[in-house]
Amino acid sequence: MDLDNHRQEPQAAGDGPQSGELSARQRWMGVLAKSNGAELARLWAGLDGLPGWTRLRAPEVGMVMARGRIGGDGRRFNLGEITVTRCAVRLTETGTVGHAYVMGRDKQHAERAAVLDALLQEPDQTARIEAGVIRPLADAAADARARAARKAGATKVDFTTVTRGED
Amino acid sequence: MQATSDASAESDGLLPGFDDPVQGAQQAFRAILQAMARPGTVQSCGAELSVPAPLGEAMAAVCLTLADADAPLWLSSPLRTAPVERYLKFQCNAPLHDAPNAASFALADAAGMPRLNDLASGDDRYPDRSATLLVEVPSLTDDGGWTLRGPGIETTARLAVEGLPSDFAEQWRQNGELFPQGVDVVFTCGARLAALPRTTRLEG
Repeated sequence: MDLDNHRQEPQAAGDGPQSGELSARQRWMGVLAKSNGAELARLWAGLDGLPGWTRLRAPEVGMVMARGRIGGDGRRFNLGEITVTRCAVRLTETGTVGHAYVMGRDKQHAERAAVLDALLQEPDQTARIEAGVIRPLADAAADARARAARKAGATKVDFTTVTRGED
Repeated sequence: MQATSDASAESDGLLPGFDDPVQGAQQAFRAILQAMARPGTVQSCGAELSVPAPLGEAMAAVCLTLADADAPLWLSSPLRTAPVERYLKFQCNAPLHDAPNAASFALADAAGMPRLNDLASGDDRYPDRSATLLVEVPSLTDDGGWTLRGPGIETTARLAVEGLPSDFAEQWRQNGELFPQGVDVVFTCGARLAALPRTTRLEG
């Protein structure tokens, strides 16, 4: 199944390298997409007053082609296929539609992320979901990246080249 | 889990597809297959779906089951509403084309159906690369109307379809002369459908 035809945000924002500002929705969808299922479940359980919803698209598992750029700024190439689960829901009270794509095969994870995407679009819910879910997930992800960078940094070797003075 | 019927759902076309995508598509496929295999029989299909008007349930079920990113769709103008287009794009991911001859599935109301020879009829190496015409008709029954003969029909079958252009039988006769090329037709009426594969001959 080919998921990459279904884009939530306009092409202009998402096609090139992530150099400009991301819209708020892109940012929180990205955090949810890369979040850990168990971690999101834990934060979800800590929320109260969650609304009812119906499924527009039941969680389904598929593949997307992940692409990278050599050195972060070269030509794009296909890195490999990754498993992604997607879901779309509509909140019953307000009719807001939420979409989610998450890495992995966890269907409940995808459904929770879709409901949170819908809630985050509602002005009176944004602040508490940002604080209760998105910020903790984003902080945890940043910590994990920093730890990995430190570990990798510890293995870095500084080469010094000694030129033989011929003259 | 119930289908929503509030205003926002109606207006943006984002309605759920099959409750169980696998079962729903399998059952719809079976209905379409039976209709094609036994021309003249009327099958029920898609009754569980909530669909944006004026798309019918059986026509939507055919699209959900068979249309995908490789199967372009064409919609006749009464069907070309924003909710219907959004529904088909969201559920099927099928591209929508302006010209009927580029479509794998042409969705039409009975009065506005394209001429059969305006649709893709395949080529001599790939006669299956032809279009399937899905026509929503006001009335569809298997008593009275045409007499059908051909593969899948032991002697004869009957099919009464209302609302079609007056020269449909003549168009169909010419379509039959193109065999193995040609188009196939699925008539839908709400949550029921019947099919005419290109090998079926109509009389009366």
